[in-house]
Amino acid sequence: MAASETILSVKDLRVRFRTLDGAVEAVKGINIHVNAGETVAVVGESGSGKSQTMMAAMSLLASNGEATGSVDYRGRNLLTLSKSELNKVRGAKISMIFQEPMTSLDPLYSIGNQLIEPIRRHRGLNAAEAHEEALKLLRLVHIPDPERRMKSYPHEMSGGQRQRVMIAMALANDPDILIADEPTTALDVTIQAQILMLLAELQRKLGMAIVFITHDLGIVRRFADRVYVMRQGEVVEEGEAEAIFVNPQHAYTKMLLAAEPTGSKAPPPANAPVVLEGRNVEVTFRIGGGFLAGEPLMLRAVDHISIRLQRNQTIGIVGESGSGKSTLGRALLRLLPSDGLIRFGDRDISTADRQVMRPLRREMQLVFQDPFGSLSPRMTVGQVITEGLLVHEPNLSGKQRDQRAVEALNEVGLDPNARNRYPHEFSGGQRQRIAIARAMILKPKLVVLDEPTSALDRSVQKQIVELLRKLQADHELSYLFISHDLSVVRAMADYIIVMKQGKIVEEGPTEAIFSNPQHAYTQTLMAAAIDVTRFRLSA
Amino acid sequence: MLRYVLRRLLTAIPTLFVIVTMAFFLMRVAPGGPFNQERGLSPEIRANLEAQFGLNDPLWLQFVHYIGNLLRGNFGPSYNMPDFTVTELFAKGLPISVQLGASALILALMLGSVLGTIAALNQNKLGDYTVIALATAGSTIPTFVIAPVIQLLFGLTWKLLPIGGWGDGAFINKVGPVLTLALPQIAIVARLMRGSMIESLRSHHIRTARALGLSDWSVVVKHALRGAILPIVSFTGPAAAALLTGSVIVETIFSIPGVGRYFVDAALNRDYTLVMGTVVVIAIFTIVFNLIVDVMYAVVDPRVRYD
Repeated sequence: MAASETILSVKDLRVRFRTLDGAVEAVKGINIHVNAGETVAVVGESGSGKSQTMMAAMSLLASNGEATGSVDYRGRNLLTLSKSELNKVRGAKISMIFQEPMTSLDPLYSIGNQLIEPIRRHRGLNAAEAHEEALKLLRLVHIPDPERRMKSYPHEMSGGQRQRVMIAMALANDPDILIADEPTTALDVTIQAQILMLLAELQRKLGMAIVFITHDLGIVRRFADRVYVMRQGEVVEEGEAEAIFVNPQHAYTKMLLAAEPTGSKAPPPANAPVVLEGRNVEVTFRIGGGFLAGEPLMLRAVDHISIRLQRNQTIGIVGESGSGKSTLGRALLRLLPSDGLIRFGDRDISTADRQVMRPLRREMQLVFQDPFGSLSPRMTVGQVITEGLLVHEPNLSGKQRDQRAVEALNEVGLDPNARNRYPHEFSGGQRQRIAIARAMILKPKLVVLDEPTSALDRSVQKQIVELLRKLQADHELSYLFISHDLSVVRAMADYIIVMKQGKIVEEGPTEAIFSNPQHAYTQTLMAAAIDVTRFRLSA
Repeated sequence: MLRYVLRRLLTAIPTLFVIVTMAFFLMRVAPGGPFNQERGLSPEIRANLEAQFGLNDPLWLQFVHYIGNLLRGNFGPSYNMPDFTVTELFAKGLPISVQLGASALILALMLGSVLGTIAALNQNKLGDYTVIALATAGSTIPTFVIAPVIQLLFGLTWKLLPIGGWGDGAFINKVGPVLTLALPQIAIVARLMRGSMIESLRSHHIRTARALGLSDWSVVVKHALRGAILPIVSFTGPAAAALLTGSVIVETIFSIPGVGRYFVDAALNRDYTLVMGTVVVIAIFTIVFNLIVDVMYAVVDPRVRYD
């Protein structure tokens, strides 16, 4: 590849955003180039400027953004082209796919309509010819039954299929360069593997260069020829992918490479008391129905599940989206109506009402995935984390509550002065620490962790995993750890339940599940995850 | 879809019945009656009149009679305009009010959408501020100020339009009332459109459209506008019901023989049958337009399905 021609070259690119607090520089004068047919990865954590670099190249910056420097595509500076000249390059010579397959297609037009539009625009074909081309593209990206799918609307397709359609649209005009901005981040792990395979296959067939913008080093290792590592708007390291992985130079690259959560959790002693037990738990949702609207559809989200969680144990609940894992977590905390038996300690709480549950709530806490949506933006951090105390320990004085807030913040590794500030002033990882402090301040016995690390960067994930482990050791906590991320589950849990469509397909001690998965679905999950993160296949 | 429309029309029947019942009894709670205010009406004559219209019957019997007549399409005679039945009054006045209201609505939807879109495309620039200023003015100046100003400027000073009157529906007579009716609606539509268009332009699929190199026209009109129009569609239902059933202020100021005036006049005069007629007409308009809006929603947005 070394001899091939450079087709895109970014020189001294700076991206600034005007905000109410003044100008923010997101990209600080970087140089990147892409050769014909190669795969380049731009790697970095959130806020590194990796996406904005490519958005600037495509003139897709938000209206308050501004790019300077140059982005040369075959001798023409994209930043200074007129809109109509630029629109001959965008979608034709350079195209882009995005992180959000669910929302990146227009919900109001059929797949066929959306595919045909760019084909006609860039190639001047008539409607019938463009229709044929669109069908060919759908076959190329392996959409089953393409004739029928042409008439489908985006909401009738899964996330993986929508991403395939996005790829088809991007490839419609045989581009030189495909920019893929986190193309698999929002997808389930088995779908991720399929989309990555598809991209590799299409590159072999069509020979375009691919620019991967990603935080996922597994993808980089497997697909990229060359890598740029970005941090805070600067390229801190660049080179051949192999070299970066074998011999990273910059401290930040080394830190990224070491950020995979490691270690394992020993199971609790066999005679440890049972904290939470569910027997034949079932949750059924009713969809639709009503006056003259026919029978409602009954959806069994959790189907006959039994679970037994001991003190100081972590059970990992693994499954893809829609498998019912979060619903199970909520049902076990009696936040959703369910059938079956649920015991907390030695009490039967299967039918307990709100009054009965309230005093028990302090011992069973919940931490959510979304560190941005789960903290009230109008309360100070101190108010957020002490709110539970007002309910459960109403006799505490303001001073005592404040003291507890200081202790809780110290415990999760935050500066106690944080309690006088508001959630928006903190990063994702810090907010997740605040959410954990809010749970810990009540001194619970059981914490349900619903994808607590999924929205975080790898390096931050690792810190949160370590924090959760330390808290568990200090307080003999029991965790229900719900996640789709197998590497995190492997580091956190001593027992694993694999769920699919509301049922347990396999369960057992972590090491047994990982070393010798029995069920076909578990094997698929493992293969997909391990494929992406551990091996590099030569294409 | 057909099943859905049928179901909605069926559920409209009990809704209408509840509205009619409530209106009937609430009106009778108010003191006085249709023949109380006539001066010099001797008690005998009054008693005769009331007997003739069945106002001496027990209230429940009157209600049963009224519902019975209503089911046969008979709204009864007007008590204050004894030469006319309520049906005749509406047959004459409703087409006039509907014409004015529909014209005003169409004008408001078209002009408001265009202005809102212009504002959204120029967000926080001069074009945007101009539209917002106009829209704020349009929605804060009351109709009873706009109407006389139009009469004064266009009618008296420049002599371009007649000052008032229906003129047997001549176009020139409709301009003033339609403008007066439309202005506040244009303002509301423009503001709604601006907001939803700004949101629509920020959405991910618009980013996709731009990344595919589609023309500005296609990005804005084909992709952004169609999504942004949905809130306008929802607004149209209640707005249409309100506009098409006439406006007291506009019809009074411009001396238009529409039905808008009936509601107030009839209520003040305790003209029971006319009040009831107005209630039924407005209720039917509201129900029908809300149904049309919901059907339109499914036409614009393929995600909305009613089966």
